[in-house]
Amino acid sequence: MQAFTVHEGIAAPLDRANVDTDAIIPKQYLKSVKRTGFGPNAFDDWRYLDPGEPDADNSWRRKNSDFVLNQSPFDRATILLARKNFGCGSSREHAVWALDDFGFRAVIAPSFADIFFNNSFKNGLLPVVLKEEEVDELFRRVSQEPGLRIQVDLQAKEVRVPGGPVFHFELDEYRRHRLLEGLDDIALTLQHAQEIRAYEARRREEAPWLM
Amino acid sequence: MTGQTLYDKLWQAHVVREQDDGNALLYIDRHLVHEVTSPQAFEGLRLAGRQPWRADSVLAVPDHNVPTENRGAGIADPVSRVQVETLESNVAAFGLKFFPMQDLRQGIVHVIGPEQGATLPGMTVVCGDSHTSTHGALGALAFGIGTSEVEHVLATQCLWQGKSRSMLVRVEGGLRPGVTAKDVVLAIIGRIGTAGGNGYAIEFGGSAIRSLSVEGRMTVCNMAIEAGARAGMVAVDEKTIEYVRGRPQCPSGEMFERAAAAWRDLVSDPDARFDRVVELDAAQIEPQVSWGTSPEMVVGITGQVPDPDKEADPVRADGMRNALRYMGLTAGTAIRDIRPDKVFIGSCTNSRIEDLRAAAAVVRGRRKAENIQLAMVVPGSGLVKQQAEAEGLDRIFLDAGFEWREPGCSMCLAMNADRLEPGERCASTSNRNFEGRQGQGGRTHLVSPALAAAAAVAGHFIDPAELEG
Ligand code: SF4
Repeated sequence: MQAFTVHEGIAAPLDRANVDTDAIIPKQYLKSVKRTGFGPNAFDDWRYLDPGEPDADNSWRRKNSDFVLNQSPFDRATILLARKNFGCGSSREHAVWALDDFGFRAVIAPSFADIFFNNSFKNGLLPVVLKEEEVDELFRRVSQEPGLRIQVDLQAKEVRVPGGPVFHFELDEYRRHRLLEGLDDIALTLQHAQEIRAYEARRREEAPWLM
Repeated sequence: MTGQTLYDKLWQAHVVREQDDGNALLYIDRHLVHEVTSPQAFEGLRLAGRQPWRADSVLAVPDHNVPTENRGAGIADPVSRVQVETLESNVAAFGLKFFPMQDLRQGIVHVIGPEQGATLPGMTVVCGDSHTSTHGALGALAFGIGTSEVEHVLATQCLWQGKSRSMLVRVEGGLRPGVTAKDVVLAIIGRIGTAGGNGYAIEFGGSAIRSLSVEGRMTVCNMAIEAGARAGMVAVDEKTIEYVRGRPQCPSGEMFERAAAAWRDLVSDPDARFDRVVELDAAQIEPQVSWGTSPEMVVGITGQVPDPDKEADPVRADGMRNALRYMGLTAGTAIRDIRPDKVFIGSCTNSRIEDLRAAAAVVRGRRKAENIQLAMVVPGSGLVKQQAEAEGLDRIFLDAGFEWREPGCSMCLAMNADRLEPGERCASTSNRNFEGRQGQGGRTHLVSPALAAAAAVAGHFIDPAELEG
């Protein structure tokens, strides 16, 4: 997994609450067998004016110029600024893959849906929870100065605006550690391989019909 | 010391390691795999150069994308085809047990697991699919997982989990004629709501649950997720043990007797404490019909579409208005006066043999009503289909003007060619009535197989008991 220490980039303001995973990546794209390539279909219904097909070329489709990610400089954004309960709805991990593939490294919002929050860490996307008024402030700053580059610092647990405020965020140590080091969940579990084998040996005695 | 719940026992038997923060590394006995949520997990394994920890714990099958007619011609949609072919090449590369689309044993993953004896009492069962809760009907701990977790289980045979709180839903008393497992679970969801089970593992108990067949218990556990719970389960009894006896992957002989003795302990102790207990009176449960776009929006067959203006909670009232608009219904309409355009009998909730028998019993000697454009029966597996044909159920459906299809998920989520057109109304034995679930703009009413069959022959919703009289 890609490690996350400090990231600086353009922040795109997505001014809606309860953005669900179906909005992030609609169900027809779940037919893909890849983990990549979802970027062009991220927010598909909002981004395009005509319907899309999985695996089709999206370059000819008519874009909705009102949608923030179609506007410069936000089409190059790497940080997504969102409102509360971001990522609610189905458990599809494709939602995180779509954001990652679009180029996002972090999402800043006042709250996230549980499964989306978990899935993000498994894919090196950092969800940052800030207070509602802090998120408001970021929305304000970005609208005044669209190309503004924001810094997200996982080491210091801070979001910094150049020449502006510094916001602190909280995150459990285990998750932070894994993301800072880019540690792979599976590799970590495999450190307990001996214990897993011991468990299996025990079960083979107690409940051999299971093994 | 107070006694343990069934959930406590299943949990404790699978803890490999416990962390200070309360999370545990749980051992997984059975891993079911289908084509939609697995390709990226296999790709991850391959990229990391890893092998499955225990290949023999996996059973894989394509179900979501498979066509339900004309199978000989293969899958027409190229994107669906690639997804199914990818599963085929992955199982071959990693040496996993697999039932291809043409195999008699192919079917919906949650139907074939129990059918094959691949899911057994006392197991932990996972699958990249939320309706994995179905397998809890056998006294197993079964829950759905995301794709990264699918990869994690493939590579390590384990998952990190926090323990849920425990809930007992107790349904006591006798069920009225025509009232089935589906009606029981819809009534439960109507009562506790779609968030009622959030953070809980639910055990379903009481005399009404014990009176259900194991298949009926699967229907109930299947929809635990619709009540917000990740896992649902029913204690083991002699029915459970008889159900698994003799199945292909179930142990036999002396090993079976040894296992059965252990399985008999898979019940909550009499003095076990639950964090929450909900009680329902079975005699009060009518055949249920959902009227809205969430499984909790459900009423009895003698009821009416509710009025949002009479709802005190403004957020709920708003949700009801949106649902009525989407469903094209007016408050106060009698449920009996709602006329579906299509009828779908199938899905992992209701496509087992007893479901098809219940529907056929209503249809026998009748014809589908004029206004029903399509009534389709999609058996849950090739073996269910074969059994139904041996009993002549296919003839009953075909003679009544129904379509008799090949097994798969089909119109439950419309990832294959079977789907509703915008505005079409469907009586469906599936589990989700969300907007667009059965096709964009489609309107789903969740019902039991008997009620779906009754609606197909009457042309409107009707208590199946009335037709039997
Ligand atoms: S039948 Fe429906 S609910 Fe069941 S696994 Fe298939 S798509 Fe999911």
